[in-house]
Amino acid sequence: MSGARAVLERLRKPWSDNRAERMLGAVACLTALSIVAMVVFVAQRAWPTFSHDGLSWLGSGGNLDNQIGAMVSTPANPPASAFVFHAWPLIYGTLLTAVFAVVLGLAASILTAIFIVDFAPPAVRRLMTPVIRLLASIPSVVFGLIGVLVLVPFVGNDLIGAGQKASVANVIQLTGAGLLVSVVILTVMITPIMTALITDALGSVPRSWHEGAVALGLNPLRATIAVSIRAIRPAIISAAALATARAVGEAIMLSMVSGGVSFTPKFQDGVIFLFEPLRTLAEEIVQQSEGLSAPALRSSIYSIALLLLFSGFMLSIASRLARMPLRKYELSS
Amino acid sequence: MSSVESVPPPNLVAPPRRRGRRSSLRSWRRGDQLIFVLAWTAGVALCLITASIIVFLAVKGVAYLSPKLLVTSPSAAVNQAQSGGFLDPIVGTVTLAVIGTLIATPLAVISAIWVVEYGRPRWLVGIVETSIELIAGTPDIVIAIFGLALFQLGILAPLSFRSTGGGVYGRSFLAAGIMMSLLALPLTYTATRNGLRAIPRHMREASYALGKTRITTIRRVLLPSLRPHVATGAVLGMGRIIGDTAIVVVLLGATLQNSPENGVPLLGFLRGTGSTLSSYIYDNSPAGEGNAPQKAYAAVFVLVLIIVALNAIVGRVSRIGVHASAGTGRLSR
Repeated sequence: MSGARAVLERLRKPWSDNRAERMLGAVACLTALSIVAMVVFVAQRAWPTFSHDGLSWLGSGGNLDNQIGAMVSTPANPPASAFVFHAWPLIYGTLLTAVFAVVLGLAASILTAIFIVDFAPPAVRRLMTPVIRLLASIPSVVFGLIGVLVLVPFVGNDLIGAGQKASVANVIQLTGAGLLVSVVILTVMITPIMTALITDALGSVPRSWHEGAVALGLNPLRATIAVSIRAIRPAIISAAALATARAVGEAIMLSMVSGGVSFTPKFQDGVIFLFEPLRTLAEEIVQQSEGLSAPALRSSIYSIALLLLFSGFMLSIASRLARMPLRKYELSS
Repeated sequence: MSSVESVPPPNLVAPPRRRGRRSSLRSWRRGDQLIFVLAWTAGVALCLITASIIVFLAVKGVAYLSPKLLVTSPSAAVNQAQSGGFLDPIVGTVTLAVIGTLIATPLAVISAIWVVEYGRPRWLVGIVETSIELIAGTPDIVIAIFGLALFQLGILAPLSFRSTGGGVYGRSFLAAGIMMSLLALPLTYTATRNGLRAIPRHMREASYALGKTRITTIRRVLLPSLRPHVATGAVLGMGRIIGDTAIVVVLLGATLQNSPENGVPLLGFLRGTGSTLSSYIYDNSPAGEGNAPQKAYAAVFVLVLIIVALNAIVGRVSRIGVHASAGTGRLSR
C-alpha cells in the first residue's frame, strides 16, 4: 500500500520536462505499436494460406463457394489440398463496386464543391456544411437497411423484367440485390467525404487567382475550372484515394445489398450486368466470422484481411503523397 | 479563453465570389451552361438525398416505435409482435461508446500534445503520425478480425467470454470496446492536433517567460483552451463507435440479449457478450437472422436520433471553438 502511495505522490508532484516528454512519447508510441501488432497478428494467421496457395490465391478457378464449403469440414491439421482458395471473384466484386462508386462520387463531389464555393446563395452555403456532415456520419448499417428494404425490392420488382430474370435463371437469380444498388448506395456514402475535402481545398485557393482569370476574360465557371480546380488536382486525387479506401473496406452495407453470391458480373450481359449479384472481400469476412474454428477457413479469412489491410495502407500513403504538391502553394493545412 | 479572442479567425468559408451580372449566364458556352446546371443539380440532390433519408426514417420510426420497445429486452420469436424491444442493444451501444471514448480520448490527446509540443525525435514523430493515419484508413472489419486474433491469446483471456470447456472466444464488451477505441482515435487525434496548432505561439511564450516549464504550460495554458477541440474530437469518435457494426458482429457476438459472464456483476457484464443498436438493426434486416423490418426501422430511428444529436453537439461545440481558435470550422476533419 505504501508503495502505491509513494507512486501516487511522485505522480502528483510537478513533472520535470524530461520525464513528461518521455511519458507522453511512450503513450504516443503505443498507438504506433497497435498498427504493428495488427500487421503481425493478421499476417501470422494468414501465412498458411499464402504458403500453400502462393499467387494462385489471387487468381480465378473453381467455385469459390465450394472451396469455402470444403474448408469448413477440414480436420484440425488440414492437408495442403484443403487450403485451395481462389479469391478472384471477391477481388473483382470489390474493384467493380469501388471503381464505379469512386468515379461517380468524384464527378458528384467536384460539381457539388463548385456549387458550394461559386454558385450557392449564402443561405444555401451555410446549410451545406451540416448537411454534408450529417450524410457523412450516417452509419453504414442504416444505408444497408434502406437499401435492402427499399431499393432492392424496387429494383427487383420494377426495373428487372420477368424476361430478363428468366434469361439467366439457370445461372443466377436476379432479386434486385446486386451491382446497381451496391454502387448507388456506396456512391452516396463516399460522396460527402470527398465533397468535404474538395470544398476545403477549393476554398483555400487564393481569390486573386480566380479574379485574375476573370479579368483575362474567362467567365467565372471557366475561371474556376481552369484555375482553381487545376490548382487543387492533388487534393482531388488525395480525396479519391481516401474514398477508395472507404469503399474497399465497406463490409456491412454491402453484405446487406450486394446479393452475397460469389458471381462475377459480366459486361457482355448488357443491361443485366447492372443487376447481377456479387460478393466483396470485406463482405466475405463478415459472412464467415462465425466459422473461424476451421483452421483452413480461418487462415483464408485472415489472408483476405491482410489484403484489405495492405490496400488500406497503400491508399492512405497514396493519399498523403498525392497531397504533397499542395504544400508548394500553401493551399492545404 | 478570452485572451485568444483577439485573434481574428482566418477565412473559414471562402468569401463570396462576384458572380457578375445574371444576364451574362446566357452568353456562356453551351458546355459551361451544362456544367452550371449539373453543379446545381448535384448540390441540390445531395441535400434532397439527406433530407429524404432522414424524413423516411422518421416516418417509419414514428410508425413502429413505441415506448415499450425501449424498455423491454429482445426475445426469440417468429412473430414481430412478440420478439420484445431493444433495451439490451441500447445498453450495449452506450457501454461500447463509453469504453471506446474513455480509452481513445486520453491516448489521442496525449499523442497530439507530444507530437505538436515536443516533436522530438523527428523520425519517431513521423512514425506516430503515419501510423495514426494508417489506422484511420484501416477498414473496420479488419480491425475487428485483428481484435479476434488478439483477444484469443491465452494471456488476454480474463478480458473475454469463455466457453464451458475453457476455450477462449475473444468476444466481450471489453474486447469490442478496446478495438472501437482504434476507430475513434484518429478523429480525436486530428481534432486535438488542429486545435493545438491553432493556438498562437505567443501564448506559450508568455507562459515560458513567467518561468513555467513546458509541461506546466501544457497543463495550465494549452489544455484549458483545447477543451472545445477535445470535446469535438471525442463526440466525433463516439459517433463513429455508435454507428459501427462490423466490430460488434465479430467481437461482441451480436447475441440476442446481453449475456454476462459469471462472476463479479459489472466485470461479468463487461466480459460477457451482447449486442448494440447497429447489430440489432443488422440482425433484424432481411440480411440477418431475425428479419423483423418493423423492429429494424424502430431501432434505426433511435440510432439516427442519437447520430443527429451528436452532430448537433459537434456543430455547437465547434462553433464555440471557432471563436477561441481556428481550424474547426473547416468542412473536413
